[in-house]
Amino acid sequence: MIWRPALRALLSHWWRNPLQLFTLLVGLALATALWSGVQAINAEARASYGVAADRVAQGQLDQIVAAQGQKLRVQDFAALRRAGWLVTPQIDGALVVAGQNFRILGIEPLTAPAVTASQNLQDLPLDQFFSTSGFALVASDLSEVATNLGMAFRIEPSLSSGTVLLDIGVAARLLDRGDTVDRLILLREQPQSRPPLSAIAPHLERIAARSSGDDIARLTDSFHLNLTAFGLLSFVVGLFIVYGAIGLAFEQRRAMFRTLRALGISLRTLIGLLMAELLIFASIAGLCGIALGYLIAAALLPDVAATLRGLYGADLAGTVQIRASWWLSGLGMAIGGTLIASAGALGRLARLPLMEAGTPQAWARASRRVMGWLCALGVLLLLIALGLSSTATGLVQGFILLGCLLVGAAFLLPWLLDRALAVMERISTAALPHWFWADSRSQVPGLSMALMALLLAIATNVGVSTMVSSFRLTFTGWLDQRLAAELYVTVESTEQAAQMRTLLDGRVEAVLPIMSAVVQLNEQAGEVFAIEDHATYRDNWPLLSQSPQVWDRLQTPGTALINEQLALRADLSVGDLVPGAQGQRILGIYSDYGNPAPQMMIGLAPFRALYPEVEAIRFGLRLPKSDIVNVTQLLTSRLSLPQGAIADQARIKALSLGIFEQTFTVTAALNILTLSVAGFSIMMSLLTLSQMRLPQLAPVWALGVTRAQLGRLELLRSMVLALCVTVLAIPLGLALSWALLAVVNVAAFGWQLPMFVFPMSYLILSGIAVCAAVIAAAWPALRLARTAPHQLLQVFSSGR
Amino acid sequence: MLLTIENLHKSYVAGGIETAVLRGISLTLERGESLALMGESGSGKSTLLHLIAGLDVPKSGQITLDGQIMSEPSDSKRAERRRHLVGLIFQQFNLIPSLTVAANIAFQAQLAGRHDPVWCTQLATQMGLNAHLAKYPEALSGGQQQRVAIARALAAKPALVLADEPTGNLDEDTAQSVLALLLEITRETDTSVLMVTHSAVHARALDRQMTLRGGIIAQ
Repeated sequence: MIWRPALRALLSHWWRNPLQLFTLLVGLALATALWSGVQAINAEARASYGVAADRVAQGQLDQIVAAQGQKLRVQDFAALRRAGWLVTPQIDGALVVAGQNFRILGIEPLTAPAVTASQNLQDLPLDQFFSTSGFALVASDLSEVATNLGMAFRIEPSLSSGTVLLDIGVAARLLDRGDTVDRLILLREQPQSRPPLSAIAPHLERIAARSSGDDIARLTDSFHLNLTAFGLLSFVVGLFIVYGAIGLAFEQRRAMFRTLRALGISLRTLIGLLMAELLIFASIAGLCGIALGYLIAAALLPDVAATLRGLYGADLAGTVQIRASWWLSGLGMAIGGTLIASAGALGRLARLPLMEAGTPQAWARASRRVMGWLCALGVLLLLIALGLSSTATGLVQGFILLGCLLVGAAFLLPWLLDRALAVMERISTAALPHWFWADSRSQVPGLSMALMALLLAIATNVGVSTMVSSFRLTFTGWLDQRLAAELYVTVESTEQAAQMRTLLDGRVEAVLPIMSAVVQLNEQAGEVFAIEDHATYRDNWPLLSQSPQVWDRLQTPGTALINEQLALRADLSVGDLVPGAQGQRILGIYSDYGNPAPQMMIGLAPFRALYPEVEAIRFGLRLPKSDIVNVTQLLTSRLSLPQGAIADQARIKALSLGIFEQTFTVTAALNILTLSVAGFSIMMSLLTLSQMRLPQLAPVWALGVTRAQLGRLELLRSMVLALCVTVLAIPLGLALSWALLAVVNVAAFGWQLPMFVFPMSYLILSGIAVCAAVIAAAWPALRLARTAPHQLLQVFSSGR
Repeated sequence: MLLTIENLHKSYVAGGIETAVLRGISLTLERGESLALMGESGSGKSTLLHLIAGLDVPKSGQITLDGQIMSEPSDSKRAERRRHLVGLIFQQFNLIPSLTVAANIAFQAQLAGRHDPVWCTQLATQMGLNAHLAKYPEALSGGQQQRVAIARALAAKPALVLADEPTGNLDEDTAQSVLALLLEITRETDTSVLMVTHSAVHARALDRQMTLRGGIIAQ
């Protein structure tokens, strides 16, 4: 039972140093929280994709849809079933009831394979479900507003956020669809001898199994990888705190270890006890971190859901569930991270000469020794990053580039600071400034972990904010170009389209048809759009590269414009043939942000020749801005168009920008959290180091520098160090931003963005970082200024 | 015989050069006997003490304490024997700063599974520490801290107390009183003492004196 008193002795250190214990636990809890929060979001998203794919069979099965301008009717469904095609109909639409948005999904449960196979829906009250009054399964986030639907309902937690699942008949009535449906889902097993689709319904077309499915999976994986990378970065920043706290605690207890060994504790027992102690802390902090991570995930999930829906069209349940996958990973990371952070200290303990006198300063001395090695390793990593910057192509290489860049720069930081402070020390001649620089230099090893954390946090902030701001600037400009028409109108039929043209004749400058068809491009489902020869396109359409007289030549058959995603994925450039299309040659490449699918544009006449069945029912109207209200009123009153059929440019832009802003809410939140963790790291490092500072400060005090002066110098030191770190973090952040824009984004999203720099925001960020460092240093400095003289005198007594 | 040391050798390697610290030390110590070990700095006194305590292992030779081999290579076995047989007192006191005086005194006895609260209280009383039991070491003077260290060493009722310059950090009056207390209690309990000291006056208070010079016993 020797472990009990020995463990009590070891733990008594923490009892007497609660601040250090607090640092360790909070550092670990914060690190775990950010990691497990991100993992909880990822787990929720993946579960939602799975549910969506299984339940509604949208993701993994082929679909039949109407060709552009055509309708898919219940009669088509009946005809296909009679011909032996195993299909099930779906209606998908949006409904606003009492100001609340519902996504209505109508299914036919008897023929919907995945739905009826689902465990949760097998107890579906079919009599109620089929009743005219209706029965709804609603997503958890609608539980408080579902009564507005005016029918019986049941909460179905696995449904995507905002979704209401209904019988198709009820859905058709609510959405006023008459006898049309949106799509027919094909079951996996189909009879061999059925007639071809073109023989039964030539106006319908089959879309291969989630042509976009792989794409969506790949794109959402990219998004989750981005989140995971952020979570890992935050975890590493948090781990720096843990490393610092454990290292210091080990050094402070060196004398205790020696005494314990002298009193009969074997080295193995001692290491075992220390590991047990750390595991206890890791478990406590890990569990706190997981709880905190749950709260972070719950707070961020709505924005993530909006991002995934807006950017990729992927649906996500709006509530976080406690899943073993993420909380176990959080606990594992907490325990694993603690063991990694303590490995060095435990190794040193194992090699510690038993009777060597130990002081906390030995820790700093040891850190100084490794500074040289870290510097060499940092240079090596930066060279690897430099090499990758010109060769990296995929996402994995992109992240390796980011990792080498960040870790390399962090490793180099202590050496750079040491050199800079040495220069200042050399050029300072007055006693106090000379001592100040020399003393600051001696503090670098002890503070290096916290300073590295600050460097990473600021660089990430600069990098990500540069990327987001560059994206925002480009995206806003691109939207202005793309959404050149003042009004966008969708009519119900070609007859109504003709009426509209007659009605608007002389009232608008141009009526531009928007026509498209679903096609296979580069073996992926994509779209081909028709483009009319008009100044709207000639003047505004954002082309990244083009051939001469592109707009004149576009109206001739066999020519096309393609989007950047298709060009990058298929490695196409102007003059190449579009793979999978009907022999069109590329005249130009346009940017197409936010669209994961390949896209092609051809002249209106060639389009009509290739796709005669597609009717023009969507139009862009060019008119003076002052006429927008009048024309809108005219269209709604004379053609009885519903409100949703007319969208003005400003509304679409606001909607698009709204989606854009939501997209980066999560990264912004993680940015702030990472910076906060770094600030906390500095404060805790300074606080714990302040306990070892008395032997260094007491002689200065004895020689005539007041305690208040010493306190002020401590503040100044933090400010100088934070400023140095910020100066280094800005170019690092810009390099990070370049890597994100030029490598990671291209691999993850398929489009490249120009990079802009924002000096004013970097200046503001530098100010915030320096303020954070000063605030973090305020408490330790105040403690120093209030140190009782007898405590300082003790330094000179024999007891020390 | 409580302690038997036979032909003990110890050397350290630094910068590729081997330096012999102990060169064939042999000595014995009876139960209840006290021995003062003297010698110049670097003569190997502390090294010998550390080897007897099992804190380090010799290059060759054997140390037997109360029938147990203290020079055996297993760290665990040496630690266990040290726990049960040896009480250590250091010049720098080496109290556990985060434990109270009472907890420090009881500590090794608890490790050895021999905690006797009555004995601990008696030791504290004899050492004049009763008023300080709830305090932490940092609140005590050097003399008081050393008395706590002596009480801790004796609380587990060891067969041998090894004291490495226990009065080196104390003024002469305090050193005399601390040493007197140590010898008084070890004599009462028939505990052997091996004490490293630079003071001939203090050495004379013990039963025997021995001087080390250049790693061998000079007299």
